[in-house]
Amino acid sequence: MKHIKTINQSTLNKEIKKAGCGECQTSCQSACKTSCTVANQKCERK
Amino acid sequence: MIHAYKIHGENIVLDVMSGAVHLLDDTAYDVLGCYNSDGTLDPDKLRELTKYDEKTINEALKDIEYLIENKMLFTEDPYTEMLPVWTKQTVVKALCLHIAHDCNLRCSYCFAGTGEYMGHRSLMSLEVGKKAIDFLIENSGNRRNLEVDFFGGEPLMNFDVVKGIVDYAKEREKESDKNFRFTITTNAMLLDDEKRAYINENMHNVVLSLDGRKEVNDAVRKRVDGTGSYDRILPLTKKMVEERGGQQYYVRGTFTRKNLDFGADVLHLADLGFDQISIEPVVAAKDSGLDIRNEDLETVFSEYERLAKEYVDRRNNGKWFNFFHFMIDLEGGPCIAKRMRGCGSGTEYLAVSPEGELYPCHQFVGHKEFYLGNIFDGLNGNPIRETFRETNVYTKPQCDSCWAKFYCSGGCAANAWQFNHDIKVPYEIGCELEKKRVECALWIKAQEISESQM
Repeated sequence: MKHIKTINQSTLNKEIKKAGCGECQTSCQSACKTSCTVANQKCERK
Repeated sequence: MIHAYKIHGENIVLDVMSGAVHLLDDTAYDVLGCYNSDGTLDPDKLRELTKYDEKTINEALKDIEYLIENKMLFTEDPYTEMLPVWTKQTVVKALCLHIAHDCNLRCSYCFAGTGEYMGHRSLMSLEVGKKAIDFLIENSGNRRNLEVDFFGGEPLMNFDVVKGIVDYAKEREKESDKNFRFTITTNAMLLDDEKRAYINENMHNVVLSLDGRKEVNDAVRKRVDGTGSYDRILPLTKKMVEERGGQQYYVRGTFTRKNLDFGADVLHLADLGFDQISIEPVVAAKDSGLDIRNEDLETVFSEYERLAKEYVDRRNNGKWFNFFHFMIDLEGGPCIAKRMRGCGSGTEYLAVSPEGELYPCHQFVGHKEFYLGNIFDGLNGNPIRETFRETNVYTKPQCDSCWAKFYCSGGCAANAWQFNHDIKVPYEIGCELEKKRVECALWIKAQEISESQM
């Protein structure tokens, strides 16, 4: 592409059927407590 | 849905449904501006784009069409069919234990009054703590990873109970086939050698409260006698981090209307040698004189952008540090099921008062209409819990139409409640701040990716 550079591929819509296992850490946007915001969490599906 | 924006001289586009992120030159950016939100081109707008020649415009169109065809731009929502699965009532997997409804500081913005949550001062007993662990295990279904946060008030004021709870939970791990992850949030005033050693031995993460520059910190984080806390907590916090090998901690501060130049507080903490930093806007501070107002937003936006630039500079020049709200994982982050629901308050995450009462999160403790039962008798069927379950970015109109929905996940319910008296209506100022942070985080990521490709 001449005018556009993709820096992240389509990553959200992969393996939709496997989503939702619930093993990830609880997140808290205000993080009054310890937690991640959703944006910086890791998927912990094993 | 896409979000196209300019920051620090660059043009960034996020494709909301796929998570694809692109950098555009000015031509492509302006040509993209001629597209409708459904991905169709508006020929009238294109005709008006006379600053570029036809050949260049056609090149840009070709690039854009390529992305659309390859589902990296204007992609449609593929998630709606999964919503019924992803919005079922979940199990409880995390508890916030209010070890103490008491505190040895009197921070002006505390959502818990002066640590007692507008109730009476009390400490959690070990009996209640153990029962909370039992409750968590019994209500966690098949979830293995369970989280227990020690919170308050100030949990170090009742540390023997903290230790007793940790011991008990660890005892129960094997027979219940669970894995406990403990974290603790503390103002560090009582962080002596013994407590630090115990925390480092047993806690997955520790949050150390410090607002930044001394004058900023001491203007709000005061001791009972009115003096500041900085001089006491800084050396203890430094020792804590050092003894932990600099791992798994956050030095976490709060910024308010009094320090809209909070970037300086972030850099102050970085200059002190801390590399895991979080400075966050004050929560639930309506009528306090400290909350961020509409008229403050432009200043705060500029501050986030300025900080982002300094952040990238420092990370490239040997002064690396992590700023919590700039962290973003574009590749391996949580799935949409998580992203649409957010923090899990009221559903998978509950708070426990010293008396064993259950609430949706630490912010709601003491608010009668949010009382969800107690750890002795169990959940009481309060319909508000169902409201929390139903609340996600698809069921909130402001969220559904927002480009940041899968990065924000709907905002803080406590803020929504305090300002709009409705957990389904997000707190607008919180939204504005979050969107700016995500814009900055994407820009930072773009710099890092470009850097790594050079």
